[in-house]
Amino acid sequence: MDIFETFLNAEVLLRTWPLLLEGLWVTVQLGAASIVAGLVLGLFLSMVRLYAVTPLRLLTRLYIDIFRSIPLLVLLIIVYYALPFVGLRLSPFASAMTALTLVSGAYTAEIFRAGIEAIPKGQFEASAALGLSYRQTMVDVILPQAIKIVIPPLTNNSINVVKDTALASVVAMPDLLKQATQAQALAANPSPLIGAAVIYIAFLWPLVAMVSRMERRFGARSR
Amino acid sequence: MAAFVSIRNLRKFYGSFEALKGIDLEIEKGEVVCVVGPSGSGKSTLIRCINRLEPFSDDSEIRVDDIPVMPGRALAKVRAEVGMVFQSFNLFPHLTVRENVMLAPRRVRGTSRAEAARQADRLLARVGIGEQADKYPEHLSGGQQQRVAIARALAMEPQVMLFDEPTSALDPEMVGEVLDVMRDLAGTGVTMVVVTHEMGFASQVADRVIFMDGGEVIETGPPDQVLSNPREPRTQNFLSAVLNH
Repeated sequence: MDIFETFLNAEVLLRTWPLLLEGLWVTVQLGAASIVAGLVLGLFLSMVRLYAVTPLRLLTRLYIDIFRSIPLLVLLIIVYYALPFVGLRLSPFASAMTALTLVSGAYTAEIFRAGIEAIPKGQFEASAALGLSYRQTMVDVILPQAIKIVIPPLTNNSINVVKDTALASVVAMPDLLKQATQAQALAANPSPLIGAAVIYIAFLWPLVAMVSRMERRFGARSR
Repeated sequence: MAAFVSIRNLRKFYGSFEALKGIDLEIEKGEVVCVVGPSGSGKSTLIRCINRLEPFSDDSEIRVDDIPVMPGRALAKVRAEVGMVFQSFNLFPHLTVRENVMLAPRRVRGTSRAEAARQADRLLARVGIGEQADKYPEHLSGGQQQRVAIARALAMEPQVMLFDEPTSALDPEMVGEVLDVMRDLAGTGVTMVVVTHEMGFASQVADRVIFMDGGEVIETGPPDQVLSNPREPRTQNFLSAVLNH
């Protein structure tokens, strides 16, 4: 009858608020850990993909294609429910972080590759002609330029990782969504779900806006 | 005494196309050599082989200061002794002008930041852009950018400087300022190999002019011979086309 009573029940929200905050904290931890691990993995994969010997390059391509094709939920359930059969038992947090990192690493690798390939060949030649080593060329010349190019797509990917943490609730991770569904069951009222949705939006909206701003700015700069 | 840069039987293939057909060339210390010829003649490829930006055939040999230019650890050492200036400048856009000049001495030679900065300012003043040191390359004109590129190469105190069509990407009014810097440099005794279409520069500054066509050296000698009284018909045709357009 009363929509506010049902979906935005202040009394229920107030009562379950600590639970939601706990969930948010877990979500933030899982998101941040997966993003950082995915960045490291992606940078490594992109280097192998671009500069290693051919067999390794092919292997990396295979990895990237597979992990961009597999649905994250499927991967997560395999990691959590299937790996114990071969003796690998991971906690819900570790399972979720593993799945998120494996997939995020594949996407990040492609973003880094595109960023590095966007750097003109002359930058590599000038570095080589000055006697810089491969590592020095990467660290001092190529990556600082590539980073500017890859920040908007990397931020987009990070937003996706944070959103995908919600999938972890299916392996009993006490993240924001899981806590909200639990609170909803306890209170027999869906307001905590609406509360969780609002928290997700409030958390990610600034990042989305930031990407748009960066894309406009970089777009304007490159002639 | 052996030549400072020695090139023996230099062959280079792009697939089945033979871009360099067995070039032999000796360059003495302090010599200024200008390489001229029509586009596609292999002159840029030739100087890009000297620091092995282009890989070349295994039966060819290039030595710089008696070190063979081969892939491996020695290559960075050779490259540090060989400065290069490109047609398209290739400055590092994320670094200021001063930082562009400082980077290689700091990383490759281990020069201290303060010393590298002092050296950079000295070199930038020498090429006439001391006041622009804190700007980024994109805020400089083409001629200024190319002078920074020369300063950046000189910062490694190279034994030999390679110029790959250094004025070809410049607006006409900026060609002179870059050639002036190169002329000054030639006067200081630096060994220079210059691929250029500037016949005036070649005739005034070069100790020796090399005319290339179709991946071969057709004619070589002092500028007043090769440019004023060429013996080979291909050289004559090229020069009359260049001078009477």
